[in-house]
Amino acid sequence: MGIAKLKSNPVVWILLVAVLMAVILSFLSPFFMTVGNMTNLSKQVSIVAILAAGQAVVIISGGIDLSVGSVLAFSAVVIGTLIQMDVNPTLAMFAGLLAGTFAGWINGMVITRAKIPPFIATLGMLGIARGMALAITGGVSHPVLSPLFLYIGNAKLLGLPIPLYFVIVTFLVVGIMMHKTVFGRHVYAIGGNERVARLQGIPVDRQKVKIYALSGFLAALAAVVMTGRLAATPPSVAQAIELQAIAAVIIGGVSFVGGRGIVLTALIGALIMAMITNGLNILGISSFYQQVLIGVVIIVAVWLDNLKSSAR
Amino acid sequence: MSGPDPLVEMRHISKNFGGLQALTNASLELYPGEVLGVLGHNGAGKSTLIKILAGAETATEGAIFVNGHEAHISDPNDARAFGIETIYQELALCGNLNAPSNLYMGREISKWGFLDKKTMKAETERALSKLNIRIKSLDTEVETMSGGQRQAISISRAVHFDTKILIMDEPTAALGMEESKMVMDLTVELKKQGIGIIWISHDIHEVYNFTDRITILHGGQNVITAPTRNFTQDEIVSMIISGRPVEHAQDKEEA
Repeated sequence: MGIAKLKSNPVVWILLVAVLMAVILSFLSPFFMTVGNMTNLSKQVSIVAILAAGQAVVIISGGIDLSVGSVLAFSAVVIGTLIQMDVNPTLAMFAGLLAGTFAGWINGMVITRAKIPPFIATLGMLGIARGMALAITGGVSHPVLSPLFLYIGNAKLLGLPIPLYFVIVTFLVVGIMMHKTVFGRHVYAIGGNERVARLQGIPVDRQKVKIYALSGFLAALAAVVMTGRLAATPPSVAQAIELQAIAAVIIGGVSFVGGRGIVLTALIGALIMAMITNGLNILGISSFYQQVLIGVVIIVAVWLDNLKSSAR
Repeated sequence: MSGPDPLVEMRHISKNFGGLQALTNASLELYPGEVLGVLGHNGAGKSTLIKILAGAETATEGAIFVNGHEAHISDPNDARAFGIETIYQELALCGNLNAPSNLYMGREISKWGFLDKKTMKAETERALSKLNIRIKSLDTEVETMSGGQRQAISISRAVHFDTKILIMDEPTAALGMEESKMVMDLTVELKKQGIGIIWISHDIHEVYNFTDRITILHGGQNVITAPTRNFTQDEIVSMIISGRPVEHAQDKEEA
């Protein structure tokens, strides 16, 4: 890869920003670049990052998925309730993954069959999945103390926390799907110009259902990690986390219009957001200001992206 | 008309949208290696007739024959399976993708769901050079290219997949003069390869110089179908407007 190509690669730029932030933070505080804090950071980032991978695919296709936080909670509740009923934890985990995928599939069907815009359809699911999670449990959080989930939440493998492996595998698989497969090419085509994609014989509706089912599956995967970390499945978990996932995608430079962007940048976007939170915590700055800063970063990220594309 | 068998025959096509009768007993024949101009003012039914052939609409009544066999066309993929491709006036490409991605859109070369990018790129290079189309880089997104280059990619996409019948719906409407000429030169090249071309245009001058035969529609019905040169440009214009065939000494097929 030549220098020119490297310069035009969006991953390079966002990575530079992330590295710069890490360097600045490690100068400001001796506690930032410690093993303990890095482990903490990677755990913090893991759930938003997994959600952001799915959200990036949805946004590249020209859609949006507002329901991921609720679907996460719903999947977690399915896992917790089944374990409470003495179901095998592994089986419960797969049931949870299935539940999330099913919720995403419903999103896709509502969007394509009933022709409801993604914003509305997934806003509906945001309420439905959260309501179901509360209804199933009666609002009660079940403890999950099975070794499988304790391992996922707390163990390390080769010095790295297990949730980090979930993140790495997610981005590897989703990245390959988006850049090497027919499905990924179709996602970019649909996001670029849906009418053209349809005219050229792409099964747009079928692919959209897959896209939202994938987002639902990844929400459920995040639920598995979350269940491990909390050792419980509170039905009110992960409120408004979809906004963090969307912010991570946007900060990463994925165009909100669709058709443009690289999924990997969403991971770096999630890292940048986590570093802001983590860094300001270490520096002892009020969490109220963290929200302000993240808001500013989102707007600046899109503004920079606009400048870049108008310069093209 | 004597000579070869028609590539396409559309017989007794009628179409109504609710209460609106868009086509009444309209017909069309297209022969290999010819350019057939379909004329008529807005609402005359020409785009409906063409959409039915392209699979974007279905006829209420009537039948389509491809190479003498009845063809049931209910969506664009059906039409494509019969070798019918359409070029639209608005450039029907995804601007965010490069030329190979656009050329193979919806029919990507793949194995186990994985794209074979190398083959698609090489094939695109071949397809473009076959039509003498020069594009700087196959890796750049097509939205950075000129309108003519993009229409050229559309055309090479349309003829790449063993196309017999090419529908060109105002292919030069969005282009400048030089680019229009490039598209017409390309079309002549395709004609030589035996492809039947249906050319829809509002530019009467272009139609007169470029088509072999014309069919004029008015109020959803055929006015006349005849060799273009049987008439003067003025006569053609008057038939488009009045919807009545010009009385003429030369032979005409149908009235």
